[in-house]
Amino acid sequence: MSTTEPPSAPTLAARLGTLRARLAPTLKSVQSLALKPLLIPRDRVLAPVLPAKSRSGAALMLVIAIMTFLAGLTAGAVHLVADASRDWSRAIAREMTIQVRPSPGRNLEADVAAAADLARRQRVIEDVRVMDRREGDKLLEPWLGTGLDLGDLPVPRLIVLRLAGGAAPDLAGLRTALAERVPNALLDDHKLWLSRLKAMADTLVGIGLMILTLVLMATALAVAFATRGAMAGTAQIIDVLHLVGAEDSYIARQFQGHFLRLGLKGGAAGAVAASVFFVLGGLVFGRVSQVSALEQVEALFGRFSLPVSGYLSVLVIGVLVAVVTGIVSRVTVYRTLRGMEQAQ
Amino acid sequence: MANFAERDEGTLPLWPELAEPDLVRFENVGLRYGIGPEILRDIDFAIPPQSFQFLTGPSGAGKTTLLKLVMQTLKPTRGRVTLFGENVSQHSQAELARLRRKIGIVFQDFRLLDHLTTYENVALPLLVQGRDEASYRAEVIELLRWVGLGDRMHVPPVILSGGEKQRAAIARALIAQPALLLADEPTGNVDPGLARRLLRLFIELNKSGTAVVIATHDLALMDMIDARRLVLAEGQLHVYD
Repeated sequence: MSTTEPPSAPTLAARLGTLRARLAPTLKSVQSLALKPLLIPRDRVLAPVLPAKSRSGAALMLVIAIMTFLAGLTAGAVHLVADASRDWSRAIAREMTIQVRPSPGRNLEADVAAAADLARRQRVIEDVRVMDRREGDKLLEPWLGTGLDLGDLPVPRLIVLRLAGGAAPDLAGLRTALAERVPNALLDDHKLWLSRLKAMADTLVGIGLMILTLVLMATALAVAFATRGAMAGTAQIIDVLHLVGAEDSYIARQFQGHFLRLGLKGGAAGAVAASVFFVLGGLVFGRVSQVSALEQVEALFGRFSLPVSGYLSVLVIGVLVAVVTGIVSRVTVYRTLRGMEQAQ
Repeated sequence: MANFAERDEGTLPLWPELAEPDLVRFENVGLRYGIGPEILRDIDFAIPPQSFQFLTGPSGAGKTTLLKLVMQTLKPTRGRVTLFGENVSQHSQAELARLRRKIGIVFQDFRLLDHLTTYENVALPLLVQGRDEASYRAEVIELLRWVGLGDRMHVPPVILSGGEKQRAAIARALIAQPALLLADEPTGNVDPGLARRLLRLFIELNKSGTAVVIATHDLALMDMIDARRLVLAEGQLHVYD
């Protein structure tokens, strides 16, 4: 296979010189409309090969912004639930309860005092608090209502034990001692509750991560379809670029750059919107958290306050969505160009 | 920028490297879409360096299709196409892009990009080659002045007249100094006066060493000069030297 060598620079210069000399008479008539030529400033920025503004581009940016906003909300919610779950675990793991049930023939007050005494002998228990009868009755109010006289009912008495941080109590020893001295007492280390709460929190975090993955996948698909749409709209541009000698890699770079810019704009808008939502949400929640319904929510999920790591996650999602947009558009462009080539 | 006008035409031979293979050679080329009949068959012709020819035939005869085969934006279903001495049947997209840079093409519908200025449209072939704008700015401005668009370089094509668009399209085809210029119905959208002037421009380009192929069905235009004719009819090409 032989290849024609490209002409040297002096040859090219000579060609242009000759060309200009020969064309001069002909061009005089063509130039009849020419006015004073304007010079192009040296620092002028060339327009991108693909149109910077288009309807499909604006629509895609909006889609990316909405997807990033939703993904940001999901990530923030996952953070809140995970933090709340950690707080519950910490709080519950540091607490145990002794339940002393009324028993015929036994003095309830003496049993409560004996159980509290046994608990105080444990080194790792830093605080023992006996809940009086009124406190116990109040715990039943959500189920039984207010204004009832529970004096005749065999309501158990509770002793709340607070553990020293990081220490493991001798549960078996305490249980044995309680069984010997106060057989109607029951030690509850809240393990069952803890495992259920952890399972619920883990499920919520898992669902959040799944939604996040789905949102990112939907974003990638939306970008892929939008890229195809944008390519269909720029078919003439691609055709012209091919005809003036552009390689596929050049065209793909133009599309990737174009969509990466769109992705960054949309991702930034979505991430900022999600961050603003959490900031405003925290402020509003702080003001109205006295409302009883919100008290319950706060008890379950903690304060509506996203930690710095949560805001960082939202930011990372914005960048991630932009990168996904750039990569997907590049892959889509290559596939579409290959398809166009094979169709020829 | 070099002062080309000061060069002595006699000191350097014009197109010394083109005393060699044909720029384009088609051998037994056929094209069909899908399982339909062949719309072009047994096409044999060559375009020698520095030659001038008209490609003609009735509307729908396949002139534009033949130009697409030359540009390799369409692949033949049979036969052999050689560009600049290279059999392109197995060429990669990148290799074809390299060869396309030696060919300038002018379309009947101009195909200027509306979101770019006239200057940016004309500079496009150099931009896609990865050249820095500073290295070609002067060349593009000078060429735009040559074609009478010195005062229109900052405007988008949508506000150019038909003749101005055609001149911008020609400038874009010439800016990379191609060895071969293909023009598809270049006078289809301009008045007879401008058509004559454009023809003279093509003739002068050819005299300076560029091989020219003008696809047209304008008999009056072809009658203006005595040039080689490639006539497409019923899917076959007849060459009249």
